[in-house]
Amino acid sequence: MSAAPAYSEDKGGSAGPGEPEYGHDPASGGIFSSDYKRHDDLKEMLDTNKDSLKLEAMKRIVAMIARGKNASDLFPAVVKNVACKNIEVKKLVYVYLVRYAEEQQDLALLSISTFQRGLKDPNQLIRASALRVLSSIRVPIIVPIMMLAIKEAASDMSPYVRKTAAHAIPKLYSLDSDQKDQLIEVIEKLLADKTTLVAGSVVMAFEEVCPERIDLIHKNYRKLCNLLIDVEEWGQVVIISMLTRYARTQFLSPTQNESLLEENPEKAFYGSEEDEAKGPGSEAAASSALPARKPYVMDPDHRLLLRNTKPLLQSRSAAVVMAVAQLYFHLAPKAEVGVIAKALVRLLRSHSEVQYVVLQNVATMSIKRRGMFEPYLKSFYIRSTDPTQIKILKLEVLTNLANETNIPTVLREFQTYIRSMDKDFVAATIQAIGRCATNIGRVRDTCLNGLVQLLSNRDELVVAESVVVIKKLLQMQPAQHGEIIKHLAKLTDNIQVPMARASILWLIGEYCEHVPRIAPDVLRKMAKSFTAEEDIVKLQVINLAAKLYLTNSKQTKLLTQYVLSLAKYDQNYDIRDRARFTRQLIVPSEQGGALSRHAKKLFLAPKPAPVLESSFKDRDHFQLGSLSHLLNAKATGYQELPDWPEEAPDPSVRNVEEEDLSLIETHVGLLGEYTKVPEWTKCSNREKRKEKEKPFYSDSEGESGPTESADSDPESESESDSKSSSESGSGESSSESDNKDQDEDGEKGRSSESEHSEEEGKKRKMKKRKKVPEGQEGGSSSDEGSDSSSSSSESEMTSETEEEQVEPASWRKKTPPSSKSAPAAKEISLLDLEDFTPPSVQPVSPPMAVSTSLAADLEGLTLTDSPLVPSLLSPVLGVGRQELLHRVAGEGLAVDYTFSRQPFSGDPHMVSVHIHFSNSSDTPIKGLHVGAPKLPAGISIQEFPEIESLAPGESATAVMGINFCDSTQAANFQLCTQTRQFYVSIQPPVGELMAPVFMSENEFKKEQGKLMGMNEITEKLTLPDTCRSDHVVVQKVTATANLGRVPCGTSDEYRFAGRTLTSGSLVLLTLDAQPAGAAQLTVNSEKMVIGTMLVKDVVQALTQ
Amino acid sequence: MLDNGFPLATESNILKELIKPPTILRTVVNTITGSTNVGDQLPTGQLSVVPWRRTGVKYTNNEAYFDVIEEIDAIIDKSGSTITAEIQGVIDACVKLTGMPDLTLSFMNPRLLDDVSFHPCVRFKRWESERILSFIPPDGNFRLLSYHVSAQNLVAIPVYVKHNISFRDSSSLGRFEITVGPKQTMGKTIEGVTVSSQMPRGVLNMSLTPSQGTHTFDPVTKMLSWDVGKINPQKLPSLKGTMSLQAGASKPDENPTINLQFKIQQLAISGLKVNRLDMYGEKYKPFKGIKYMTKAGKFQVRT
Repeated sequence: MSAAPAYSEDKGGSAGPGEPEYGHDPASGGIFSSDYKRHDDLKEMLDTNKDSLKLEAMKRIVAMIARGKNASDLFPAVVKNVACKNIEVKKLVYVYLVRYAEEQQDLALLSISTFQRGLKDPNQLIRASALRVLSSIRVPIIVPIMMLAIKEAASDMSPYVRKTAAHAIPKLYSLDSDQKDQLIEVIEKLLADKTTLVAGSVVMAFEEVCPERIDLIHKNYRKLCNLLIDVEEWGQVVIISMLTRYARTQFLSPTQNESLLEENPEKAFYGSEEDEAKGPGSEAAASSALPARKPYVMDPDHRLLLRNTKPLLQSRSAAVVMAVAQLYFHLAPKAEVGVIAKALVRLLRSHSEVQYVVLQNVATMSIKRRGMFEPYLKSFYIRSTDPTQIKILKLEVLTNLANETNIPTVLREFQTYIRSMDKDFVAATIQAIGRCATNIGRVRDTCLNGLVQLLSNRDELVVAESVVVIKKLLQMQPAQHGEIIKHLAKLTDNIQVPMARASILWLIGEYCEHVPRIAPDVLRKMAKSFTAEEDIVKLQVINLAAKLYLTNSKQTKLLTQYVLSLAKYDQNYDIRDRARFTRQLIVPSEQGGALSRHAKKLFLAPKPAPVLESSFKDRDHFQLGSLSHLLNAKATGYQELPDWPEEAPDPSVRNVEEEDLSLIETHVGLLGEYTKVPEWTKCSNREKRKEKEKPFYSDSEGESGPTESADSDPESESESDSKSSSESGSGESSSESDNKDQDEDGEKGRSSESEHSEEEGKKRKMKKRKKVPEGQEGGSSSDEGSDSSSSSSESEMTSETEEEQVEPASWRKKTPPSSKSAPAAKEISLLDLEDFTPPSVQPVSPPMAVSTSLAADLEGLTLTDSPLVPSLLSPVLGVGRQELLHRVAGEGLAVDYTFSRQPFSGDPHMVSVHIHFSNSSDTPIKGLHVGAPKLPAGISIQEFPEIESLAPGESATAVMGINFCDSTQAANFQLCTQTRQFYVSIQPPVGELMAPVFMSENEFKKEQGKLMGMNEITEKLTLPDTCRSDHVVVQKVTATANLGRVPCGTSDEYRFAGRTLTSGSLVLLTLDAQPAGAAQLTVNSEKMVIGTMLVKDVVQALTQ
Repeated sequence: MLDNGFPLATESNILKELIKPPTILRTVVNTITGSTNVGDQLPTGQLSVVPWRRTGVKYTNNEAYFDVIEEIDAIIDKSGSTITAEIQGVIDACVKLTGMPDLTLSFMNPRLLDDVSFHPCVRFKRWESERILSFIPPDGNFRLLSYHVSAQNLVAIPVYVKHNISFRDSSSLGRFEITVGPKQTMGKTIEGVTVSSQMPRGVLNMSLTPSQGTHTFDPVTKMLSWDVGKINPQKLPSLKGTMSLQAGASKPDENPTINLQFKIQQLAISGLKVNRLDMYGEKYKPFKGIKYMTKAGKFQVRT
């Protein structure tokens, strides 16, 4: 046993790199050197009870494996130890197993039971590693066991185990591809996982196993987009590249209509504007007049992807940045691709390998979108220390970026490169100059002169390359450059590089009429040295001879014949063939010679100038950043990037159930972008114009429920038909929405797809919900208003505000629209439900159902009580008159509203609002009614009966009911007169969303006991002197909130109770006043948001 | 750590948990006790919500050091004018704090930073909205941030190089002379200056005398390097002498480019300044330190 440390030394030493081969196998060099006893020592060590010895043995064995030695005969001895308690030994045994199990399948089976036990271990890490090894053992017999293990692990509690399960999927698939269907099921299940840990791995498995099953992604698309930022870097890369492919199949190309619109953007812009302004008739006409222009509107999901990947450009991982860059390149509208340039330029700072890949991609991008990298031109300047490949790629980019304005600097830069010591690079530079010269006509002469100067360079390679490039340039405009051709002709004496000589000869032959004197002389010289020339030069000599013979046969006949004779006996059969062929063509023979009559046409046909273009052109049909793009050849496993679809597939497939939506929304909150969506109310043209400057993705904002549903997909159409016909006919309403979209996007030169999905509608609802608080900024400024305005003024949300944003989502989930009973509101609520999609009803949890029914029971009570209680305890009007429409804006019509605090007769869930109209104009206002409410989900309105006429100077009052669905979101609607429509919104203070409840002190305490913890919100405040008396306190509280006072034993404690109108949740308010003015305010309510807002409002009211 | 070719764990904290990095002390202990560097605990870090930070970190001295290091990438023209210059900066941190501290780092002039890339621990939204770095730091050394100050801003070049390198066609001798001097250093000294240059192939040997520092010329790779050290503005370092060229060969077309390395302590050349560092979430008061340094990145002078 004491030998163990010695072995360790031995092994440690042999691991060194310079060790001679014989020392490598410990068994051969060690104590037991004879072959038949190989590894006996190891077996012995493995059989002992001492972990340290086992460990030592295992280390040596693994070291042997690493060196490529066969250790398979130790299999039985090793596998025994799989049950070893020592984790380190276990790990090494696992390593061994993974390597040899495939070879010794029967024996490997011995170890399986250990893993199966491991799979049940309470420690998640052990479960995970057992699964990892089990799935790495490539033994076909255990496929069913693996399948079972994966399935089980896929529903494990621990996300880490689920991640391992995702990793195991491709392993099993490569072992037995028959399992595909079952594996797809597991993938589907794991795709639905909501943890960031799993997301990357499962998408990886998806890409390996079933990349064609794009349908599995639909339901998870939004979730993946939203999780993306929190997934670990490797996962991000996989997900992004998968989503790129997905987006290419599901969305319309954002650039498809650009060219069309660029032609007459004016008209498109103007036209849509006009449509909006005029009545229904003109709208219909306009939409039929422009039927061909299919308006494009970016799918909100498409936008979501772009928005959520953008921050990842700031990732420290080059792979992630590259992935996002390619996503933007392939998916983003032209105007937005630019953002990736900066990040890509940053990557150029890293290692030359990364640089190489990035530059390849930049080279491809810079061809298509030159403007993107132009500001970074100088970042591509070449340093002498760059490796040659990098230099050449940078050169490529510089060439692509060169344009009229920057060409002087680029050329100056090129001039320094030409003097480089790196000759390959110099050659590439000369090519680059040639390309610049062809692309930019203005500098062609400068370039040509520069290149001609290079002809006197001492380096032959430089000269040769220049000649080749000059040849190409001259082909474009030979007439003006006789001098240069002469100069080149002189060079034939010096230049030895065959390619250059051949080029010169070709040039002289081609343009022999420009140099009639010199050409025959050159031929003479070449004929002299013909035998010594390279093949390529010889061919050109024959060519030259033929051309000269045709143009100037007097002088060159003999020479040509001489050359042809020489060529006839050349070693190379190409040359012999060419000679024979040429001779037949040009020398008129006795028989016919049909061809020779056309010889001139054959040889001296005008030839188009070559197009010098980048080798990176058209590379972008490979997905950028992929290996295939790098190699410019399809690599195995490469998934083609599909083309954009002609017609967008049904976007509603990405709809997820309400529950998931709320989750997503929390993540959206994390990303914090929805909130900045600007307020968009349907309003006058002037305002609309302003609206156009708003961010593009506010597109779907402000569409009202009815309009959306009218043009949504077929399933919903039947339901919405009745609705839309009641409005103004379905066709009209759909065209209206289109026009609106166009209008918003008009500036971007994009147009909208005609179909809006239900789920888009839902999205809008979400956005609307978020943005609603902004609406109150102008009107009543409650506390919550300041919150939301801060988040809206900031373009990005901070982590603190995010919580606030999360809350409404969960809150809404609990309060499904419940106003179905209201007969007049039915139309609207029906639509709301539809927008919500059917599952919206599902998340009503059972306890909620109970509470609502309970609330319904109690409502009878509150109904009878409430007229009593307020009259006793609270002033009738909670909040004073608020302005709905100012006299000036309303063109004489002034509208105010008050919350009457009377129960609304039609529907107990509704807040009754008294609306006071007064006509200060000098004409009567006719037909006052509510039109086209645009309501967030759940909110419904009971309209007031139409007011026929309002004479000048007269006033009228109407009562309308609004079910705010226990939220302080504004109810937006139109106030229509016969001639005008005004957009107005009513925003309830939180205190108006409840009705008083009468209860005893005991009841109060009991209920309060139930609503502790999270449901309790406490705030300390100091009561001002003016606000110490009972009366004042009670009055202030009841003025703020529609609550009923609960009798109380102690004098300095005030209790109030109420129920929210829609859901009937209890709201209990306790104010505990100390003598010195200090006080503590406690609100208990299931609705935490309401509670929080109420506390704020009450504190404000009391301390004012 | 890979699983079936897919990266499983690349966060250094987790890897360190699996296999402790070797230290001298640990090697000694290991030889005595026979234990190894392989961790005996399961790597729980993989399960954490903040995978970059280990749980249960404890230090007796709580300290957080930040190094603002800026590198100047520049190409200087033959005539001494700047062709392109940009600053690439990083903030490297060494944070040894107990528990789960939540740090915020703010800058005096965050607008300077043109393009930033973060360690995943940095809360992106906070940066977007407030230009404040808010993060739960990993334990130990890490790169918090790297940034770019764009070429649009004028970059102060702290050094100049005067050179006179000439080959003559006829003779086999060439002249070589370079002088390095300070320029726009904001009163700081330039240290650790090294000059290196790849000489053309035709140069056989060089006989040079430096006014300070040491120089070497490798006749095989044709690499000249001159270790200058500090620059004394009163007495500028220079390297003068002759080059012997291959007899008969024509003169090289290109003059060699000169690569420069230097360091300036306590200066961030872009002017970036850290305003303050605050810690939340833990009770103790940490020791905080900020260091600035400017270095030459790819600093090249064409001749």
